[in-house]
Amino acid sequence: MASIIVFSILAVVILGSALLCVTTKRIMRAATYMLFVLFGVAGLYFLLDYTYLGAAQIAVYAGGVTMIYVFAIQLVSKQTLQGMVEHIKCSRMLQGLLLSVVGLATVAVVFLKNSFISAATTDELPMDQIGNALLGSDKYQYVLPFEFISVFLLACIIGGLVVSRKKED
Amino acid sequence: MVPVECYFVLSALLFFIGVYGFVTRRNLIAMLISIELVLNAVDINFAAFNRLLFPGELEGFFMTLFSIGVSAAESAVAIAIIINVYRNFKNDSVDAISNMKG
Repeated sequence: MASIIVFSILAVVILGSALLCVTTKRIMRAATYMLFVLFGVAGLYFLLDYTYLGAAQIAVYAGGVTMIYVFAIQLVSKQTLQGMVEHIKCSRMLQGLLLSVVGLATVAVVFLKNSFISAATTDELPMDQIGNALLGSDKYQYVLPFEFISVFLLACIIGGLVVSRKKED
Repeated sequence: MVPVECYFVLSALLFFIGVYGFVTRRNLIAMLISIELVLNAVDINFAAFNRLLFPGELEGFFMTLFSIGVSAAESAVAIAIIINVYRNFKNDSVDAISNMKG
């Protein structure tokens, strides 16, 4: 019962912040509302007893990605900070609304045609199981994607530096 | 215990809010923020599927974990490109970018 109440609060926070995030005209506010959405999603992971995933979400998304966005907003434009009003055409708004409603209807049809057999447990996932699965090389263990993602992050850091470097002329 | 359908409804709504933002906004950073919303919706679905329908396995867990890492890298590169675009075009709207040479 308590978990349903917590879920409802988190759902209201996530959906409200997401709606405000896509409808507000100021970019800085959109980034702040995105931060609330990310915290709400981390709360959902905690509710699912995936504590490690929630901690990763807070550390990487809320701590890292949001900071990148705030820096980018500050670097890109002074006007956005001082409340640049973005003009949204009415036709484009209708187009987006139509696309979302049609997609949502499709998902709802698929959702209603299937039933889900819940096999839930309530105990928390132990950390040593996560660690063994993350760094083992057997079946259903994930050391290869783990190594790939480290190389990928390095490539992205170098690529980002090269792309955003000032030209010397 | 929260039924698994609640998670799916929540993530579907979040996904299409992100789609709406992506179609509506014309500012590059705002579009990127909408993409983050979409990615988060998918992550919720992976975690909820894994936890509530297949609790003995870890595929969805690791998919979410790697998705968080990949999206951090993706947003870093995208921000670098946006800063470069702004330097060349003095504008951060997608409609202003009409040629590739800058």
